Amino acid sequence: MMNQAGRAIAAVSAINEEQPLLAVSGLGKRYGPGCPACLDLQGQRCPQCGSLWACYDISFDLYPGEILGLVGESGSGKSTLLRCLYFEEEATTGIMTIPSYQGGPANLLAASAQQQRYIRNHMMGMVFQNPWLGLRMHVSGGGNIAEKLLAAGVYHVGRIRTRAAELWRQVEMPLPRLDEYPQNFSGGMQQRVQIAKALANKPPLLLLDEVTTGLDLSVQARVLDLVRQIQRELGVAMLLVSHDLAVIRMLADRTMVMHQGRLVEQGLTDQVLEDPEHPYTQLLVRSLL
Amino acid sequence: MNGSETKPVWLDTYNFAFLDEGSKREIRRKTLKAVAIPGYQVPFASREMPIARGWGTGGLQLTLALIGRGDRLKVIDQGSDDSVNAVSIRRLVENTTGIETTVDTAAATLIQTRHRIPEQPLRAGQILVLQVPLPEPLRLIEPREEVTRRQHAEMDYSAMWLALYEDIVRWGDITVGHSYPCLAHGRYLFSPSPIPRWDIPKLHQAACLYLFGAGREKRIYAIPPYTDVQPLSFDDYPFAVERLAGACCRLCGSTSTFLYEIDDAASGQKLYQCSDTAYCQQRRQERGQA
Repeated sequence: MMNQAGRAIAAVSAINEEQPLLAVSGLGKRYGPGCPACLDLQGQRCPQCGSLWACYDISFDLYPGEILGLVGESGSGKSTLLRCLYFEEEATTGIMTIPSYQGGPANLLAASAQQQRYIRNHMMGMVFQNPWLGLRMHVSGGGNIAEKLLAAGVYHVGRIRTRAAELWRQVEMPLPRLDEYPQNFSGGMQQRVQIAKALANKPPLLLLDEVTTGLDLSVQARVLDLVRQIQRELGVAMLLVSHDLAVIRMLADRTMVMHQGRLVEQGLTDQVLEDPEHPYTQLLVRSLL
Repeated sequence: MNGSETKPVWLDTYNFAFLDEGSKREIRRKTLKAVAIPGYQVPFASREMPIARGWGTGGLQLTLALIGRGDRLKVIDQGSDDSVNAVSIRRLVENTTGIETTVDTAAATLIQTRHRIPEQPLRAGQILVLQVPLPEPLRLIEPREEVTRRQHAEMDYSAMWLALYEDIVRWGDITVGHSYPCLAHGRYLFSPSPIPRWDIPKLHQAACLYLFGAGREKRIYAIPPYTDVQPLSFDDYPFAVERLAGACCRLCGSTSTFLYEIDDAASGQKLYQCSDTAYCQQRRQERGQA
């Protein structure tokens, strides 16, 4: 499945599938003043200065078309990591590169705000756990999709509406409700609108933060089907954050495990879930399965 | 209005043009900065004026900081030279400077206005000072100053575009009647102050200097001569000015000016009249009506 998806994206945007789509190394996010002792930290909180490291020394590669799962308990830094990658939070340390963007070597975490906005609008889509963060509730559903297109410089109402309707169908939303406010939609529908918005500019990378949390089981299943369908048909690479191992097992090709702000284990999903190495992963797998 | 015969009593009491020289210098410096960065809102230390904030103190401070003994001032309020606000501001300037005022657009070197740009095209060397209630075009969409400043800095105007898109989806067209958001020379989004759409094309590549003063919000911005001014519009929904099909001014017969609609209670008819009273008067004089 991975190879097939890889080929699909290569045709769409000429991204080299041998090369990672997104490469992150040494990413850290500190809340607090920081001190030299922070450089050699054992836990999450620095004993010298009291700073909290929500993420510490995170390194991974994400390849075109793959779904990379990220699991960990509440407060382990999953969402913070995602927000740093989406430039919602400023990372304290680390390097992030997208090799297909302007030759690649530049550290995007240190790029100008305009550049970061360009990447966010053209190369990334994000689906937030809480739809209120990802959607403008006082703007129509179609308008929410339009926002992404307008940010990418499409100033033609007809074309925007055609594309919005296309996405609306893709996420199986009823077309007559295109101009309705998202606050009138159910939780599952709001997640669909978020996904449609994230896909608006055909980005090669989607960041999904707990997309199914808080939805009932049948709706969860439909949203997960949609995610898998998008990955299969569009070959979009995804970083999928979840604390639900069943979701990870179903969707992710590879999985990373976060614990206290660090990546403690990463590998093929089956391998991580069947034969966990790190004590925390063992605990996680044992307690949830 | 007979300032030439009796010397106004305030002339000896106040500094020339009411403001002290330090204040004038500050306002002029900020004005120069505004001219250098078309459409950028320059903060300035808005002074306490003898009229209430929100009544044209921004425009008045610009006028008083710029006026010299050789200037001729015209003050209009919604196109009219005779409204209370225009008359009060004109008297204040007369009483504190002793200079002459005029209603003739062509004769004025400095024009302070609210909500209208005169119909008669302005020439090089003339300055039009507009009173601005809300200088921030993004304010109604984004209440946080911190955010709007960042949006200007990054030229991130997608929120404004989105508002216009929503307007079209909801009402079939862009319903913004006044303060239509425009882009100054392809860079800063600015509010042209509450002038009707009719006046927007006059800002583009104009010969005169447009200055915008917001006293309450403490901002000055400018559209220098020969600057591109583009109203935001979609490729398939082009910007258009107001049109009243078949209407003409009841006084001068004009069909090519911005007209007000007046309900005639006696006949129950709708009547139209030029909003720019000086222009209307002039037209009537030329045609021997007045």
